[in-house]
Amino acid sequence: MLRYLTKRLGYYAALLIAAVFLAYAISASALQPRTYFDAKVPRPSAESVEHQLTSLNLNDRTPVLVRFGHWTGGLLHGDLGRTIHDTPVSDDFGRRVWVSLRLMLLGSLLGMLLGVAAGAWSAVRQYRISDRLLTVLSFVLLSTPVFLVALFLKNGAIAAKDAAGHEVVPFTGYETPGLTGGLGAHLADWALHLLLPTVSLALGGLATYSRYQRGTMLDVLGSDYLRTAEAKGLTRRRALLKHGLRTAVIPMSTMFAYSFLGIFTGAIFTETIFGWHGMGEWLIQSINEQDVNSVVAINLFTAVVVLASGFLADTLHAALDPRVRS
Amino acid sequence: MTTAVETPLLAVRDLRVDFVGPHGPVPAVRGVDLTLRRGETLGIVGESGSGKSVTALSVLGLLPGTARVGGSVRLDGRELVGLPGRELAAIRGRRVAMVFQDPLSAFTPVYRIGDQIAEAVRVHQPVDRATARRRAAELLDLVGIPAPDRALDSFPHEFSGGMRQRAMIAMAIANEPDILLADEPTTALDVTIQAQVLDVLRTAREETGAALVLVSHDLGVIAGAADRVAVMYAGRVVETAGVDELFAAPRHPYTLGLIGALPRLDGHGGPLVPIPGAPAPMSELPPGCPFAARCPLVEERCSAAEPALSGEDGHRAACVRSAELAGRRPAPSEVYPVPELPPGPSGGDRAGRAPVLSVSGLGKTFPLLKGTVFKRKVGEVYAVDGVELDLREGETLGLVGESGSGKSTTLFELLKLGAPETGRIELLGHDTARLTRAEAQRLRAELQIVFQDPMASLDPRMPVGDIVAEPLRAQRAPREEIARRVPELLRQVGLDPEHAARYPHQFSGGQRQRISIARALAVRPKLLVLDEPVSALDVSIQAGVLNLLQQLKAELGLSYLFVSHDLSVIRHLADRVSVMYLGRTVEQGEVSAVFDHPRHPYTRALLSAVPLPDPAAERARDRILLAGDPPSPTERRTGCAFRTRCPLYAGLRDTAARELCERERPTLDDRAGVDHGLEVDHGAACHHPQ
Repeated sequence: MLRYLTKRLGYYAALLIAAVFLAYAISASALQPRTYFDAKVPRPSAESVEHQLTSLNLNDRTPVLVRFGHWTGGLLHGDLGRTIHDTPVSDDFGRRVWVSLRLMLLGSLLGMLLGVAAGAWSAVRQYRISDRLLTVLSFVLLSTPVFLVALFLKNGAIAAKDAAGHEVVPFTGYETPGLTGGLGAHLADWALHLLLPTVSLALGGLATYSRYQRGTMLDVLGSDYLRTAEAKGLTRRRALLKHGLRTAVIPMSTMFAYSFLGIFTGAIFTETIFGWHGMGEWLIQSINEQDVNSVVAINLFTAVVVLASGFLADTLHAALDPRVRS
Repeated sequence: MTTAVETPLLAVRDLRVDFVGPHGPVPAVRGVDLTLRRGETLGIVGESGSGKSVTALSVLGLLPGTARVGGSVRLDGRELVGLPGRELAAIRGRRVAMVFQDPLSAFTPVYRIGDQIAEAVRVHQPVDRATARRRAAELLDLVGIPAPDRALDSFPHEFSGGMRQRAMIAMAIANEPDILLADEPTTALDVTIQAQVLDVLRTAREETGAALVLVSHDLGVIAGAADRVAVMYAGRVVETAGVDELFAAPRHPYTLGLIGALPRLDGHGGPLVPIPGAPAPMSELPPGCPFAARCPLVEERCSAAEPALSGEDGHRAACVRSAELAGRRPAPSEVYPVPELPPGPSGGDRAGRAPVLSVSGLGKTFPLLKGTVFKRKVGEVYAVDGVELDLREGETLGLVGESGSGKSTTLFELLKLGAPETGRIELLGHDTARLTRAEAQRLRAELQIVFQDPMASLDPRMPVGDIVAEPLRAQRAPREEIARRVPELLRQVGLDPEHAARYPHQFSGGQRQRISIARALAVRPKLLVLDEPVSALDVSIQAGVLNLLQQLKAELGLSYLFVSHDLSVIRHLADRVSVMYLGRTVEQGEVSAVFDHPRHPYTRALLSAVPLPDPAAERARDRILLAGDPPSPTERRTGCAFRTRCPLYAGLRDTAARELCERERPTLDDRAGVDHGLEVDHGAACHHPQ
């Protein structure tokens, strides 16, 4: 198993390097920091624009490979370069990364767990009312874009506030500014702020996972080994949990790796709608400002997150299924 | 004092099972009565759809949720039908245990074998983990799995089919049940492995004293293992009797037909008696006897009411004419119409007939690859490693071997019509290595194939007329000829030309295989390759297809290369036979010579493993049980490949003789043997042939 995971890790490291280089090459050639400076009022002199671009490692007259070399050199010392406003990218990165990770991790885990549970339950109750209801609900959710779900939730929270006279559930930001009190109070405040954005992200995952899980679980329900488990004398419930769900959940681990990118895309909208200053909001902002170094940093972040979740999925898969280990 | 009526261990009374579908309930079991006494073996035999497996499963309430079960199943007088799940669970595995058909899918793939067996122990017995594990090791040892302590930690996919089925039996006897229900326990296995597993099942019964319900479609397996037999047809028991009585003097025409339709290893050629027609679908059974439409003894009263199971001295049959059959004791051929078959090729002057196919030293390897992105070769699978075939005009050559012996690879090498990796293929006088594309295209019409699974080998979206016409189109036959040939072909294989516009799913299994045969015959081939053409069919249907093949061969002057794992079918149909083991031809010769006087120890073991549908003969004969499984084809051993399982080699005392087996690879001795004073060609690849 260790051998298998080490091999996968090496494979992911190679993928990461390739992904980062491609991201750099594409952002560096598609974005035009020069226009940002040219559009400044008052317009700076050509010489000063040239100078600033060079010092920020953004000059399009330097070959991309050379710029990438500079950038990689910095990266090895933990330096992500400078933003177009001449501040360190690392500062923004450090501030925003935990905001986003908190949301994304919670959203995807919750979506997966609830989705697996709902799917398995739905399969066991195939064609009953509860199964049909869940099917309809998940298709409604699947066909609703994330931003619409987020907006619904936010409007709901606003309506609740209007009705109750005070804020029931917070719907902007990720903490109450200037909150006093101990760690407990802070944690409770974070949790409350996380509620709506997490739910808006998790619902999509829940719908997707529950569909797939229902399918794999239905396959398992007709399987011979489930019948064997019952023939041994296990009660139906124990056979379902120990032999059924345990096997049916294996394919979900692979899905987990690839669903994370969707979660990031979703987070771009949720963060904007709920006023979170995370990576998603930053991405939109940096693209608008032609801020190459920030865009590359965000790409680096997503690449690491996606590959890490891929590795996690591999680990999970190997742990769940002895057949992939050998 | 004993009571007048002993309570039977298991009593099934008027069992009825319906499956609720979108078009209403469809019956699967329609009033079955069975009685199982302590320690006896009850065989339930029937063809697919007869309700035999459903009957076995309903005893333990293991049917899917769409099943509606009625009637009564009593275990020691206690009613099981309608028992709550928790109480049934306490009986399952403890008092009544099951052995299922396909041992790969019957184990949960993600748990170790040892844990799954230990789980069965711990569900019913209050023992700790270590004790349960020790018990699991004992059980694995009992069923003959080598190194049981190591085997405990194996996953199901690491076991061979035979080992999995042994482990399955070990799990079933973990709690010393009173009853073992075995549902087609050997159907998925090769014949030598089947013999091993049946032996293990016997040991398991002796150890636990359990009664056995053995469900099988194979009359031979039933004849060898059962004390009493129940024959099922269309969801009912149509005849039940002691095993000797049932096989010697069947009182139901269906049983009689089954026995007559079965090709026998000890029998001689001649036509089989097929049961005409096919079973009616269970959703639209006619009133009266469900067998009436296929029965040669049908009378007017048969369609009036379904006859009840009746008779005395433990031999009961559901037929209005059972008394007559009991008195007359006819042979199957006296009741069923026997088809007239034209005679086969005249024997003797074999050398004078033109060779159709000759293969020598054929070899084919597949590379074993490793790595995800960059594949590298880490070894080779020697799929075919020395095959010799010799087929002449008008002959049928049977190719026999167990799974993994390289039969299919050999066929694909032939069908490629190209240069083989090693060796030489000569088809109708052409060396296939030297064919041009145009020649290969022309030669393809001479060589056609019929596949095993008639459903998978026919395009479900094509009318059968088009299916049959396709090879003609591929050979660019003119339109008028196609229009003329298609009805002719359908008639030739016994189908109605009017049905050319129908689709494959509208035909029964036997009819579909006839369509495959018609397609293969369309371009008037000289050689037909038949790859397990009847192994997916029920016995009563199989006989009709085999008779058709014999008739076509004689009428059209065809030659057959007939691949089968079923030795009885080969014996019945083939003129010559070639036996393969681990990619090599180990014995070949005339059917009667090879089957009556096998010279290679593998052939002897193979023949002895085939169960005969004759209880007396089954009990009387000697069995040679082969040890273990065939070795992996990734290693190419020096010497004889069969050495690892060979009883002859194991018994050799002479060191020089043993060394010969280890050092030198035996080749087919091509000398003609003398059999019954007649010279016949009969070669064996063995250093010490008999």
